[in-house]
Amino acid sequence: MTDETLKNMLSRTADNLYWLARYVERAEYIARILDTTLRLTALPLAYVGTTNEWESAVATAGCASAFFEAYKEANEETVTEFLAFSTSNPSSIRNCFESARLNARAVRTALTIEMWDAINSAWLELKRWGNGPSSREECARFLRWVQGSSLQFDGSAYRTMLRNDAYWFSRLGVYIERADNTARILDVKYHLLLPAIEKVGGPLDYFQWTAILRTVSALTAYHWVYRENVKPWLVADLLILRDEMPRSLASCYENLVQNLDRIANAYGRQGPAQRHARTVRARLENAKIEDIFQSGLHEFIDEFVEDNNRLGTAVTQQYLL
Amino acid sequence: MFDEMRGSGDAVRPAYAELSQWLAEVKPDVLDFRRREAELLFRRIGITFAVYGDPEAQERLIPFDVIPRIIAAKEWETLRRGLEQRVKAINAYIKDVYGRREILKAGLVPEDLVFQNPVFRPEMNGQKVPHDIYVHIAGIDIVRLDADTFYVLEDNARTPSGVSYMLENREIMLRLFPELFSRYRVAPVENYPDELLETLKSVAPPSASSEPNVVLLTPGVYNSAYYEHSFLADKLGIELVEGRDLVVKSDVVYMRTTEGLKRVDVIYRRIDDDFLDPLVFRPDSGLGVPGLMSAYQAGSVTLANAVGTGIADDKAVYSYMPEIVKFYLGEEPLLKNVPTWRCREDEHLAYVLDHLEELVVKEVHGSGGYGMLIGPKADKASIAAFRAKLKSDPKNFIAQPTLALSTCPTCVDEGIAPRHVDLRPFVLSGRTRTRIVPGGLTRVALKKGSLVVNSSQGGGTKDTWVLDN
Repeated sequence: MTDETLKNMLSRTADNLYWLARYVERAEYIARILDTTLRLTALPLAYVGTTNEWESAVATAGCASAFFEAYKEANEETVTEFLAFSTSNPSSIRNCFESARLNARAVRTALTIEMWDAINSAWLELKRWGNGPSSREECARFLRWVQGSSLQFDGSAYRTMLRNDAYWFSRLGVYIERADNTARILDVKYHLLLPAIEKVGGPLDYFQWTAILRTVSALTAYHWVYRENVKPWLVADLLILRDEMPRSLASCYENLVQNLDRIANAYGRQGPAQRHARTVRARLENAKIEDIFQSGLHEFIDEFVEDNNRLGTAVTQQYLL
Repeated sequence: MFDEMRGSGDAVRPAYAELSQWLAEVKPDVLDFRRREAELLFRRIGITFAVYGDPEAQERLIPFDVIPRIIAAKEWETLRRGLEQRVKAINAYIKDVYGRREILKAGLVPEDLVFQNPVFRPEMNGQKVPHDIYVHIAGIDIVRLDADTFYVLEDNARTPSGVSYMLENREIMLRLFPELFSRYRVAPVENYPDELLETLKSVAPPSASSEPNVVLLTPGVYNSAYYEHSFLADKLGIELVEGRDLVVKSDVVYMRTTEGLKRVDVIYRRIDDDFLDPLVFRPDSGLGVPGLMSAYQAGSVTLANAVGTGIADDKAVYSYMPEIVKFYLGEEPLLKNVPTWRCREDEHLAYVLDHLEELVVKEVHGSGGYGMLIGPKADKASIAAFRAKLKSDPKNFIAQPTLALSTCPTCVDEGIAPRHVDLRPFVLSGRTRTRIVPGGLTRVALKKGSLVVNSSQGGGTKDTWVLDN
């Protein structure tokens, strides 16, 4: 049965809401990557090894090739500039906020005043940071501010939006982006999580594992869930399969299925997006971390990224065009 | 020189008595603090305005002055009746021009003025529009020269803007100066969106249901008035659509929604005729909707305002307005026209060329204060340059005396000083009646002595208070 009280929503409005949420989520993720990398690189080399963490940061942000077209070397200065302030990197924090606000302006009427205020203030505040912080301390403050702005936006959406299709579409944006981000960090760091590593691993890897957890704000959650030392396969378990972990792939898909179902119920019609999301969700529900390792963590993640992209396309075709 | 507060002498006019006293009592730093607070509020709400060709100022605030402009109840009554009359005549004139053309046959308005006007739309010849209303939303620019005389400076019959400032200025004033409101009985303006929605629904095509689907069509986020478009759509509770959101099938207009196509009955369009439909008007326009004109001509959708209303609001037709009012309504015009020389007529042209130093010369189709000469403020060289321009195409210009626009006390850097103001009230014409919310947009020229109030040229705005009896 369709919900008669539901007002028709422009496809473009749904599209703007979806991307607004994605860009805000992405900005926060990029800020977390930078935050974690700054932490790792502050440790003495003996603890983290000689890998170039800045290079890894660019890869985790998913823009390695674009970065190396613009810069020769990945270091604190170049990576911070590229990921946070660059105008040429479409996923830089600055551009995420620009795009988010542009989308927000286009759907002002679908936002609550609190959401508009959050995104508009963030955009205005960003201008005050000019071309970037001048010290590590300032940089840390900047990154905290980015995360705070994202929380503020997400919080105002959660607390003030009517629970109708506008809300559900913006949630789809959040969870598709979040799933993509978590999958990407797994993709870059998967070799550190393979069980074999434990044998050769020492304190070196420990800091890498905790860094991964930090990037998805799950360090405390880990200890609550497992009540033991950080073990790589448990890190993978937490990030992939645990429903209770908000940034896990499983949790993202639980939410995606739920929000897609709400849309389908309101419109009285199921479609390819709902079916696809349910398939992915079922796979995550039925999987065990041992099996995933058995058949290949890397392959599993690759396939997931593909599937997640496919869901994005399905949502676009079904609703946003 | 007439001042809204002090008249022509030094005695405070009755409507301003309380304000004058309040201004004398209030501490300068309080006023200054509220001023800054107002700017912050505007910035946060995002009420901005884009100036074309100025990339630095892509989103600029229109300066807001916290001292209200006050109109007494009796003055407003005069204005209201005059505005209603004028817009009635404008609607009758447009209907006539696209219909029987009696005013042209009577020789009161020259034919070439109509037919050679680029905004004349032959597509509208013989076209019926619901309830014969063409201009559903009019913005009439009024200036005042003395206590008794209001002049119409310009009629805006296409897509007049500025009403969001009327509404937001009031909201901000209510927030910042509640104590001042307690001293006055100010007629509310907040019902404007409801009145507008009623007006738009009342002109839905016969095919529409009892709850017609009304949308607002915007050129998009890069348009200078985008803020206003989204603001109004929000207040009216209607969809804010862009051209790409609409599609025409078998002469019916639909919008693309997440649930498929939905029929559209009334389009409040804030996009010029030229860009409405690339199949009929500018083929390079990506802002419009292919097939929209065909649906419009088939009568399945109402456009507000109608297509082709520009023939009633350019500055050459303006000079005929007193005749137009008399011709259709058989009444004397209640609002005066500023004396206007039409450079298309030889005698007028000769006079204008002889008196350039004292006249304001405007392009017939110009707007926003661009392309005009203000004789008394211009130097010799620019007068000479303008003279050549005028001679080469006299038809394109009209001239008016430099008007001593009334002034109103305004907060400026030096303190409180008189600055020139005008007023744009908004007139809504629907199926059964005309609605005018008591108020309007008061624009103020912030530069000392300046007469140009346009926001694109450094003008600001004020809240406009119409007093209730």
